[in-house]
Amino acid sequence: MSKTCTDVICPFCGTLCDDLIVTTDDEGKKILNVENACAIGAEKFLHASDHSHRVTRPQKLQEDGSFKEITYDEAIEYTAQMLANAKKPSMYGWSSTNCESQSVGHEIAELCGALVDNTAAVCHGTTLIAVQNVGIPSCTLGEVKNRADRVIFWGCNPAHAHPRHMSRYSIFPRGYFTGKGQKQRKIIVVDPRPTDTASLADVHLQVEQGYDYELLQALRAAVRGNELTGDIIAGVPKEKVYEAAELLKSGRFGVIFFGMGVTQSLGKDHNIDAAIMLTKDLNDYTKFSIIAMRGHYNVTGSGQVLGWQFGFPYSVDLSRGFARYNPGETGTIEVLKRKEIDAMFVLGSDPGAHFPMECVKEISRLPSVAIDPHITPTTAICKVHVPVAFVGVEVGGNCYRMDNVPIEARKVVEPPEGMMTDEEFLKAVLKRVKELKAN
Amino acid sequence: MDIVKLTLTKVPELYLEAENITPDHFAGKTAQQIGELHVHLGNTTAKISDYFTVEGKGGATAADTKIIISGPTDKVKYIGMKMTAGEIEVQGNTDMYTAAWMAGGKIHVKGNVDSFCAIGMTGGEFIVDGNAKNYLAASYRGDWRGMQGGKVIVKGNAGSDTATFMNGGTIDIGGNVDVHLGTHAEGGKIIVRGNAKGRVGGQMVKGDIFVLGQVERMMPTYILKGEEEVELDGKKQMFQVWIGDMGERHGKRKGEIIYGKIYVPSGKAEAAAPAARAESKKKLTDKQLEQVKEAFKGQEPTVQQVRTYIYDTFDIDMKPMQVSRLIDGLKR
Amino acid sequence: MSEYIIKNGKVYDPKTGLKGDVADVCIKDGKIADKVSNKAKVIDAKGKTVMAGAVEVHAHVAGPKVNEGRNYRPEDKLFTYKPTGKNTRMSGGFSIPTTFKTGYEYARMGYTTVMEAAMPPLYARHVHEEIKDTPIIDEGAFPVFGNNWFVFEYLKNNEMDNVCAYISWLLKTTKGYAIKIVNPGGSEAWGWGENCTTVNDPVPYFDITPAEIVKGLLTANEKMGLPHSIHIHSNNLGNPGNYTTTLDTLKIAEGVKPNNKFGREQVLHHTHVQFHSYKGDSWANFESGAKEIADYFNKNKNMTMDLGCVTLDETTTMTADGPFEHHLTSLNHLKWANVDVELETSSGIVPYVYDPNIKVCAIQWAIGLELGLLAKDPMRTFITTDHPNAGPFTRYPRIMKWLMSDKSRQAMLKGFKNSDKVIAATNLASIDRELTLYEIAQMTRAGPAKSLGLYDTFGGLAPGMDADVVVYDLNEDKIKDAEEIEKAFSAADYVFKSGTLVVENGEVINNGNKRTLWVDAKVPMNEQVERDVQMKFLKFYSMNLNNYEVSNHYVPNPYVIEVDSN
Repeated sequence: MSKTCTDVICPFCGTLCDDLIVTTDDEGKKILNVENACAIGAEKFLHASDHSHRVTRPQKLQEDGSFKEITYDEAIEYTAQMLANAKKPSMYGWSSTNCESQSVGHEIAELCGALVDNTAAVCHGTTLIAVQNVGIPSCTLGEVKNRADRVIFWGCNPAHAHPRHMSRYSIFPRGYFTGKGQKQRKIIVVDPRPTDTASLADVHLQVEQGYDYELLQALRAAVRGNELTGDIIAGVPKEKVYEAAELLKSGRFGVIFFGMGVTQSLGKDHNIDAAIMLTKDLNDYTKFSIIAMRGHYNVTGSGQVLGWQFGFPYSVDLSRGFARYNPGETGTIEVLKRKEIDAMFVLGSDPGAHFPMECVKEISRLPSVAIDPHITPTTAICKVHVPVAFVGVEVGGNCYRMDNVPIEARKVVEPPEGMMTDEEFLKAVLKRVKELKAN
Repeated sequence: MDIVKLTLTKVPELYLEAENITPDHFAGKTAQQIGELHVHLGNTTAKISDYFTVEGKGGATAADTKIIISGPTDKVKYIGMKMTAGEIEVQGNTDMYTAAWMAGGKIHVKGNVDSFCAIGMTGGEFIVDGNAKNYLAASYRGDWRGMQGGKVIVKGNAGSDTATFMNGGTIDIGGNVDVHLGTHAEGGKIIVRGNAKGRVGGQMVKGDIFVLGQVERMMPTYILKGEEEVELDGKKQMFQVWIGDMGERHGKRKGEIIYGKIYVPSGKAEAAAPAARAESKKKLTDKQLEQVKEAFKGQEPTVQQVRTYIYDTFDIDMKPMQVSRLIDGLKR
Repeated sequence: MSEYIIKNGKVYDPKTGLKGDVADVCIKDGKIADKVSNKAKVIDAKGKTVMAGAVEVHAHVAGPKVNEGRNYRPEDKLFTYKPTGKNTRMSGGFSIPTTFKTGYEYARMGYTTVMEAAMPPLYARHVHEEIKDTPIIDEGAFPVFGNNWFVFEYLKNNEMDNVCAYISWLLKTTKGYAIKIVNPGGSEAWGWGENCTTVNDPVPYFDITPAEIVKGLLTANEKMGLPHSIHIHSNNLGNPGNYTTTLDTLKIAEGVKPNNKFGREQVLHHTHVQFHSYKGDSWANFESGAKEIADYFNKNKNMTMDLGCVTLDETTTMTADGPFEHHLTSLNHLKWANVDVELETSSGIVPYVYDPNIKVCAIQWAIGLELGLLAKDPMRTFITTDHPNAGPFTRYPRIMKWLMSDKSRQAMLKGFKNSDKVIAATNLASIDRELTLYEIAQMTRAGPAKSLGLYDTFGGLAPGMDADVVVYDLNEDKIKDAEEIEKAFSAADYVFKSGTLVVENGEVINNGNKRTLWVDAKVPMNEQVERDVQMKFLKFYSMNLNNYEVSNHYVPNPYVIEVDSN
């Protein structure tokens, strides 16, 4: 016998598909099948419910480099002591958990005078900086589905990173005003490489790597009908730049999607800044919006909760008792590089795999705790690893999509016996930290 | 002028936040009282006297107060923040936010400074004998009002994002600057005596930028207007004048559009063939590859293990994607 | 539960008719009581002002555009951040406060109930997450209906039953309080970069006019007998000469009688009327239309308004009037954020500096106050700043000072750089009326509560009502300097919320137990609407229908107002 759960939210990427159908066994312990998800999403569900390889209890790094199992209580005590005693601890990650857990984490951070940061620090933080400089004309993904006839993918490859994006929102759907689907949309891809997404494009501008900013500003000048210097602009022939500007202006609703190709290449936030300004300029001629292709399924949520509680979306420094913000100073990578923190708490992300090695070395040098359902390069170098239930699979909770729309993830199966959720673990740590700080 | 001498006797284990080290805070105080002022290290609070010896006394007002700081102050942040008058002289290096939101007076750092120095400056003089890092005299995040007035002189090099959203005042860099000089500027004057990397004057609405060395690659949105004789350092010189940013809005005066201007000395061509901006893929030599293969013979190493090995052994920081492909390559 | 007796204060309470009379106020079990035992804790209010907790009828304090505002303005937090306190979380943000600061600052001023002015239904869950994180104050939120595709189609087809069923369903699904209308039709037109600037401009493709939208929703609201009336931000906001559009909009409600069991007497509430009272046809000859607007409100007693006073600060504008914000950024070139929401609405954010030395800003300042002073019925005229659009809500005490002191207004007028031009373009210089504390109580407590249909619970000190009581250190008979008014109302001596003492000597001492107000209109869903909803979600929304509803745990302490189905 089996049970079917519909309208399940996929906890993988910022597309946050909410139409998955998950079939479980009758007891709700094992996932048998996942429909509508992309391969990566489906794998996440099936993999999670295979408990044979799951770590189910916390473990502590021993002198000889091996890990020994400890109780949740011991893990809570270690974590609380570490955070309460530190002069400037960092609490990093938050992108792969629910908003309820993020909120409890923030309370701990405020009590301990910690830094709170999420994976925007290595991904779309630069977008957030650009938005702080020039704003952002945007819309929900349904608007793209229903209205868009010009779709630009700049520095991103949804065919790989957000597999269902094009079929759910950006290229193929037949919306209210877009009954002809792909036929009435012009797709433009801007990427130095010929990617899989580029193979679907009507126009592929192969921009010279590292010169996106120049091309964007040139497009802005072309939109205004101004002169440009040079025959080749950032790797693109000048006529093509003017043609592209006309193509954008001639649409009735355009949208630019962008990703790591511009957020982390030379100039970083300036690239996004220019893209946003181009979008703004185009609104003097037609209707245009711009949307960031957020990576993790709830990095947006972390930014939202940090925003309404402290006023900043990431790289928040609470050490002085009031919130401060300045990526470049308060971001996790720089405080690790500069050796500005004395303890590291990681939840819902994997800096050990993605940070520069210099930072990874520093994490392994410091007192550190990693909260993660899996064994990862991060848990491998932290002093304590605490496994928790999978959000979106074994426990529900609120998440925010790349266009900031909040969707509540569901629980479809039970977690392994006796396993805590992020929220439960954090609440216990908070309770203990309050006791320690009261003394 | 009354002089206060601060000597750092203990290098902070993390970083010290010293926004209380300003003539405004020291004015009217004895050495004892100055020593009682707070400094901050992470979430702990200490006193100036915990880290510095204090000699002398503050003047009657900020304008009458001079502070001389010596010792290894590399990890001290916020010196001179918001000062309105008086002087600070630092013998060594300082960290971030030196002269942040400075309104008046003078700060002279004989060594180097880190990032975010002189942000939001409205007046005064900030002089650095060495180098400055990024965001020199820039605006605070989100603020469309950057440097409003005052003078910044850096005798060495400056980093990226110098003078973002600049509105007024002067910046004089003796050496080179990195990318994104004067982004979004709406006024002010910048002089770079060395070379400037790309994206000079990006999105500039108004302002004057002089680059006396070479501009790595002029933005395609700057147009060569012609040649002009302009006075600089007290003498008249011929400059090529580039106007722009053609992708940005501009104001009008008496019907004429007011552009931002980049001045380069006459006769100077663009730097030939600027360096490619592609992320240089780090490569291992064949010998190094052999070494890696040997180290993990007969094993199924994780990406993390191999990445760590490469970093520890060859001091090369390879991205995980690349390591993953390397492992696949070795398997074959 | 605790008993309190607030003794010998000068009580200003329209509900019980006290106009500064010395009287005692008793609190027992969270409610106002006739009397209490001798175990009651005594609060000495001699020589002080006692009022019910104030009711905020319109502010942007919770939701996606508020948070976008916070995140995109780090500079709004510089140098004014308050550290963690004994009973308080750290709090910051001058024009867009964090949720903690919002709760604390409203409470400190004696505001105990606040309505979030605009909730986009697709984002309702976000609004409720923020409401949950706002301490002390009871809150509700108004879902927006004026640019909703379902509403367009039902009204175009004259299907009143269907639109009522849909409205009732949407209020329940989003846990919303009232029908909010913003720039009717115009924000849908903005989906194509267009707008509706008069009440007769048809919406592209949907071919319905703003007048038809307003009329239809007005009729539905009365048919359903909802606690609040339609709450409207009419077309053409912010443009010189727009007072005619405002009058055209108000005329739609002329002569219509209210129908409800909540004591509400208005059929239309127009919000931030200051932004809609402009004469002239350009910024050059821009002048006040407050007289014409105030006259109309004075004659038509079935309408209420809130002022939207400009406070002359650097602040942030944010509204569901998307096209207006695009227009504003083309004027001041400051960073512009915009979000269009599928099938429902749009929104925009732009920072704005109301510089007193700029003629237009000074005239706007005068207009807001004129409306308040020319109003004959303070029970139908409420004090707001459309926070944060015309200024932060923390400036309410300053607005009260200006309304109560002609001297302070004259000083402001004289101090403007363009003083003569400002005076010539407005009426304020010749108005010497000074509002009394009783009138202030009507404009900030009784009036707003009544318009929301909550006058049995909030806004008054009659026995049985919620014990939301405030003591201010102010004696109306002994005011020497108008500054005392601003000082007193900025930080109350005592604030009780539902009978719990939450503020003492201007400091928050208790976080209370806030509730979320929402309206269950109980109009049964009919099959046509059910099918229409399913179909639109399947084909046009980007979210599944079953994931749309705000589940109950986002509203942990609900205060549900039930309406008998008609």
